[in-house]
Amino acid sequence: MKSANLMQSTLYEGEDMVTITIDGKKIEAKEGEMLLPVALDNGFDIPHLCYHEALSPYGACRLCLVEVKKGNRTKLTTSCNYPVMEGIEVITDSENIRRARKMVVELLLARSPNVPIIKKLAERYGVTSTRFKIENEDCILCGLCERVCREVVGVSAITFMGRGDKREVGPPFKIEPEVCIGCGACVYICPTDCIKLEEKNDERTIVRWNRTLRMRRCKICGEKFAPWFQLEYFSKLTNIPKDFFEVCPNCRK
Amino acid sequence: MSKFLSKQDLEEYRKKIINSRDPNKIIIALCGDTGCQAYGANKIADAFRKEIKAKNLQDRVELKITGCHGFCERGPLIVIYPKKIFYQKVSEKDVSEIISESVVNDNVIERLLYVHPETKEPIVKEDEVPFYNRQQKIISGMNSVIDPTNIDDYIAIGGYSALEKALFDMDPDSIIEEVKKANLRGRGGGGFPTGVKWESCKNAPGDIHYVICNADEGDPGAYMDRSLLEGNPHSVLEGMMIGAYAIGSSEGYVYVRNEYPLAVENVNIAIKQAREYGLLGENILGTDFSFDIKVTRGGGAFVCGESTALMASIEGLWGEPRAKHIHTVVSGLYNKPTNLNNVETWANVPLIINKGADWYSKIGTENSKGTKIFSLVGKVNNTGLVEVPMGITLREIIFDIGGGIPNGKKFKAVQTGGPSGGCIPEEYLDTPVDFDRLTELGSMMGSGGMIVMDESTCMVDVARYFLNFLKDESCGKCTTCREGIKRMYEILTDITEGRGKEGDIELLEELGWVVANASLCGLGQTAPNPVLSTIRYFRDEYEAHIKEKRCPAKVCKALIRYEIDQEKCTGCGRCRINCPVEAISGEKKKPHIIDQEKCIKCGICHEVCKFDAVNII
Amino acid sequence: MDFSNIDRILDKYDRSPSGIIRILQDVQAELNYLPRDVLKYIASSLSVPLSHVYRIATFYNAFSLVPKGKHMISVCLGTACHVRGAPKVLEKIERELGISPGETTEDLEFSLETVNCLGACALGPIVVVDGEYNGEMNVSKVDELLKKIKQGGEINE
Repeated sequence: MKSANLMQSTLYEGEDMVTITIDGKKIEAKEGEMLLPVALDNGFDIPHLCYHEALSPYGACRLCLVEVKKGNRTKLTTSCNYPVMEGIEVITDSENIRRARKMVVELLLARSPNVPIIKKLAERYGVTSTRFKIENEDCILCGLCERVCREVVGVSAITFMGRGDKREVGPPFKIEPEVCIGCGACVYICPTDCIKLEEKNDERTIVRWNRTLRMRRCKICGEKFAPWFQLEYFSKLTNIPKDFFEVCPNCRK
Repeated sequence: MSKFLSKQDLEEYRKKIINSRDPNKIIIALCGDTGCQAYGANKIADAFRKEIKAKNLQDRVELKITGCHGFCERGPLIVIYPKKIFYQKVSEKDVSEIISESVVNDNVIERLLYVHPETKEPIVKEDEVPFYNRQQKIISGMNSVIDPTNIDDYIAIGGYSALEKALFDMDPDSIIEEVKKANLRGRGGGGFPTGVKWESCKNAPGDIHYVICNADEGDPGAYMDRSLLEGNPHSVLEGMMIGAYAIGSSEGYVYVRNEYPLAVENVNIAIKQAREYGLLGENILGTDFSFDIKVTRGGGAFVCGESTALMASIEGLWGEPRAKHIHTVVSGLYNKPTNLNNVETWANVPLIINKGADWYSKIGTENSKGTKIFSLVGKVNNTGLVEVPMGITLREIIFDIGGGIPNGKKFKAVQTGGPSGGCIPEEYLDTPVDFDRLTELGSMMGSGGMIVMDESTCMVDVARYFLNFLKDESCGKCTTCREGIKRMYEILTDITEGRGKEGDIELLEELGWVVANASLCGLGQTAPNPVLSTIRYFRDEYEAHIKEKRCPAKVCKALIRYEIDQEKCTGCGRCRINCPVEAISGEKKKPHIIDQEKCIKCGICHEVCKFDAVNII
Repeated sequence: MDFSNIDRILDKYDRSPSGIIRILQDVQAELNYLPRDVLKYIASSLSVPLSHVYRIATFYNAFSLVPKGKHMISVCLGTACHVRGAPKVLEKIERELGISPGETTEDLEFSLETVNCLGACALGPIVVVDGEYNGEMNVSKVDELLKKIKQGGEINE
């Protein structure tokens, strides 16, 4: 699909190695690599909700804020979409960082007071209650489901819709998305666990998207292993004959 | 029309146009800008055409439909050249008299003249009107002289001579040097030095470079870019051509707001005519320089005024901004080096090239050169577009040019910079207006909207208004912007509806800091400004709402009530008849009363009462 | 459904995915809204996911996924209009028509929307009806205006 990469980050990764400092420690990294994974790989603890190593960085949750000093200028910025450059000095914890993160957590807690990962973050940042009106959303609009479906699975069954405070994520027209293959990548990646997958009898349902697909049983062991629609999709995508997909991965070994 | 193949072709054509025009011919310049059209300018134009034909005066007089003259308050406007007779609030009914008195004869119709508000003397000439005579219209001045849909008019006043100079007498580096020396700063909001931007873009590696004109003028209350595109589109195109030549670009875009149909139309006509004349396209004026411009209409999203969102929108995507750690001059539209400037910035370029940086930099303050066009709107007598040198004070703009506040009310604040800006109170009226001073005051230049507010404007309500705007216009990606603006809006709503509580102001300040510092793009980073600046200067108004449950400006519905003055009420029944909820009762010719239980505070009674008997308490 | 008019629009923009916004603008202008089938047809014609087209269609104000009324009433809520009393004018229209901004009356006669500034601030508050500007509005002028539209509509029929 043509659009799959349209929103990919336009930043480039060079071949050159650069030296940066994080909290005073000198670190070598590839130029243009994003700061958050570099920091995480080097053992720094930076909270994040909308980042995943397999996906392009998005910068939506604003939790991974750090202070970056470049030349004489220091600014607060998210680290997930900050490309590493020679000589930058990074601070992962300061009064300003804590102040901002704490408010981000409070905002998220007001939106999603019953989500375990948010409650845990609130505890960590000492947010005992929120001063804002309580809502009860289970989705924090991190966009991981939308990105994994578009960038990795490649079917773009779900998307962001609307804008501003009316932004939502879901399938077009909020009806059963006919291109969804029921792979469950969105279920797996969701940090708030708000996308549920249920299997009953011979059907799999991705509850949040209202998508129900019939499951195929393995020709050898008889166990359900994947939705028919998904196997047909893989067959078409890979040009592997359909009979290859009659057997489950376990029996195929 | 054959294309100009050389500088000589253009120059000869210019001479031809000028020679073919009779300098003594009377020209009636009628403002046909969106505003005057709304006043009925089109009907007036038709009436003039009919009258000229009926009286067979085609050889003596020409009707010219021009762009915005600026003095929108007094529209529809006409100026009769060569004498520069200025008629205001003209209507269809006046047309025949104008033709007979001021065209056939040599008389002035006193009734249509502007009357000096103090001396009460009628003023005949446009440039003697106080609204105009303190302005310095180097950018917008040609609006009232040319027909924007006729490229010949632009050429006749010297149009495209700056392009000639750039192509034949200068090279890209010297052009950039000149713009840097003039210290032109971006008119779209940030005030970044234009020449420096051009240089970075020119030096960015890559075969393809783009130039973009940002005409997505989204600040409510600002319309100077619209009026330039409507009234003098070629000046913008010429600026883009010069910029493209300096940067090494062969492709440009004008991204214009969909809500501006006339601007879209006029810029498209201008591009078509420029192409026909060979001023756009391959080998412009016989040189190696090739450049063309496409027009993209916005889809109605304020955030698309942000450069990376705008570029995404041109690419056919949703307008979500991206981080600019790599600048757009290096990787912008389609990941190519892209130079984006706003309409007014581009329109400054031909002037700088023609008259030189030395001339240009004599206008303005040390760090803000040239003029700035403001749209002076709101509670001000002379609503309109004003072009003034940088460094003029707010007081001069609002009181000397703007004529002060209507109905004898007291000035309270002026809001500049749109939703990203702030409100400036009376004590700073003598501040010279330039990029840096407005920022120091917690506001910003923005694109040039100047909304005047009087004592009947509630500052908490104004802050809430902007936050309501921004909560819808945020793209919704960043937690801080999406959730933060929504929460600030909720708190402001509570305050205006009488539910404000101790600590709300501090919470707004705390949240405002985070939204400003932790959001990705300019929209979120500046969103708290309307709140923070009103708290800074009008904290007492916030406190009155919160502690006393009182709206000093008597705007916030939940904190006011309407009552009928029993002394003044004549019992005419007008309010009773107009009340939508039958909350007013009373016998004929006897004082009426309002049932506070039923009243929805719509304000109709107050508005329709002819005896000023309905009070807001 | 006949898509020949959609094909014409698609061809005008070379069936290029980067032309989606312009394509949708033309479709919106022609059909008054973006029907579901048309969005699906556009997505498959451009070989882009439906979700991509849908995201754009719901992001920009210019697009509507539901049919609009015969008469379009736009109330300007620019700052200048706001300080001059536009909210009261809007409330009055809402009350008279029984709809909120973004909605259409059940008989499909009126759609109401708000706009963020039309740049004709001297005339504020402004209400635009079917492209025609009505300046210096106040609550008492609203009745007159609505009456005029209703009558005008009947005469045109």
